Amino acid sequence: MNVLTFLSNLMLPSTLALILVIGIMRRVPLFDTFIEGAKEGFGTSINLIPQLIAMMVAVSIFRSSGALTLLIHAVQPLLVRLHFPSELLPLALLRPISGAGSLAVVTDLFKTHGPDSLIGRMASVMQGSSDTTLYVLTVYFGSVGIRNARYAVKVGLLSDLVSAFASVLAVYLLQK
Amino acid sequence: MMNVIWGFLMLSGIAVAAATGRMDTLTQGLFNGAKDAVVVSFGLISIISFWLGMMQIAERSGLIRAVARVVRPFAKWLYPSVPVDHPAMGSLIANMSANILGLGNAATPLGLKAMDELQSLNQEKDTASDAMCTLLALNTASLTLIPATMIGLRLEFHSKNPSGIVVDTMLATLIATSAAIFLDRFYRRRARRKRQRTMDIAA
Repeated sequence: MNVLTFLSNLMLPSTLALILVIGIMRRVPLFDTFIEGAKEGFGTSINLIPQLIAMMVAVSIFRSSGALTLLIHAVQPLLVRLHFPSELLPLALLRPISGAGSLAVVTDLFKTHGPDSLIGRMASVMQGSSDTTLYVLTVYFGSVGIRNARYAVKVGLLSDLVSAFASVLAVYLLQK
Repeated sequence: MMNVIWGFLMLSGIAVAAATGRMDTLTQGLFNGAKDAVVVSFGLISIISFWLGMMQIAERSGLIRAVARVVRPFAKWLYPSVPVDHPAMGSLIANMSANILGLGNAATPLGLKAMDELQSLNQEKDTASDAMCTLLALNTASLTLIPATMIGLRLEFHSKNPSGIVVDTMLATLIATSAAIFLDRFYRRRARRKRQRTMDIAA
């Protein structure tokens, strides 16, 4: 059953090989061209530092102060009424704001419930099917100096909401 | 909106810490957050530089153009404001392909390259264009075929079926990505109507 793991491990080397082989076929000077492109990477990454510091400090303060726990308690009654499993609430709220934080929550859920339990599988899907919205917004807009994100933040967070419910629903529907 | 979220996270954190006497954890959280941000930025240098290098080869060899031809109708539908033969289209398509192939750490560098090229088409340099918003919608929802990190973590916790979540994840990610595309179109249309109205009033 680990065919998929095998396939996903194969994806990276085969993509790299494809790019290089076609490059050779078209007589592209591989090394020089690579260097030319890679040069831009440094500036792009360094430009992100201010935006990333602002966002990651805010998320860290929000979590360590206990404000996140407070928010979870506040929205719990509403989501329980919508049949959203309350064990998954911290994960659903943390997923869009911190990738490392939500991964830690998944690890915790695996320890308590086991990876093959209903909760464990829902957590896996929730973590795997979405990205850290706040991080993606910060990095993408930060890299070109966009200050007015217009409706992108709203769209990102609303689709995270859809994603959380879709993860629960998908596992629920597909369980044998 | 970003200003509001940032202010909310900072102020509510400080308020809660003050109310519950957790000022020392707050200070620690502050420094850890700032340190993590620098670590992440430096970590990005390696992976962004590497993929931008590979991209340059793929671009020079015509590989990107070949892939672009195949997915052109779909890309044209997603990004109606980007001319099909503009370099931005190539990067948008490369970013999409990396997401679908599950090359998560290639998707970001390619997405940033796309942002850079979209910025050259953008008329108001500090405001996101329609195409940028669509790119963000797709990347925050992140269409994933194989959730490699989760399979790895499940394996570590002795799951009997580590990859048993792949189909579920595909279904969830498909629903979420469709929702993201729909929401993006919905708000785009609304913004356009609003702009039209203000222009009518001005005229």
